[in-house]
Amino acid sequence: MSETVAALLVFAGALCAFVGSLGLLRLGSFYERVHPPTMGTTLGTALVLAGSIVYFTALESRPVIHEIVIAVLMTVNTPVTYMLLVRAALHRDRA
Amino acid sequence: MSFFPMVLMSAQVLLAVAMLFALVRLMAGPRAHDRVLALDTLYVNAMLLVLAFGIREGTALYFEAALVIGMLGFVSTAALAKFLLRGEVIE
Repeated sequence: MSETVAALLVFAGALCAFVGSLGLLRLGSFYERVHPPTMGTTLGTALVLAGSIVYFTALESRPVIHEIVIAVLMTVNTPVTYMLLVRAALHRDRA
Repeated sequence: MSFFPMVLMSAQVLLAVAMLFALVRLMAGPRAHDRVLALDTLYVNAMLLVLAFGIREGTALYFEAALVIGMLGFVSTAALAKFLLRGEVIE
């Protein structure tokens, strides 16, 4: 049962990352292209990590929650890097 | 093949194709900040691929590799964005 839930969560996360990368490939300008990869970095990572928590908690029959470290890391880091990057793009477009 | 390995393998295939899309954008990106964004996406997809591989193998060992990939991806993207902004990383 928990194996099925974990597999479906990981698959949903991979689907989110796939759609985000497809948007990065397809969209027209840089300011449009900044948006889609955040889907992979937020929802995709969260779903894959939730699947990992469910699977290893069932496998080792004790609560395994060390995946939260990666979740906190991505939540803090993604806005910082993308705001830096967009500020650099604005600076380069103005110059 | 049973349900669990099959679904995880298709998730890995999806992530590999996503990495391929990011690689195409990395090659084709018209300007430097497009390439930096594609490199960041490539890092995140590689991290998710390592996590999915660790779940399929059933060991928690690959979690640490994914953590290192995430941290180095943040540092490299921040350094490249700082370089694009100022022309220098450490002033």
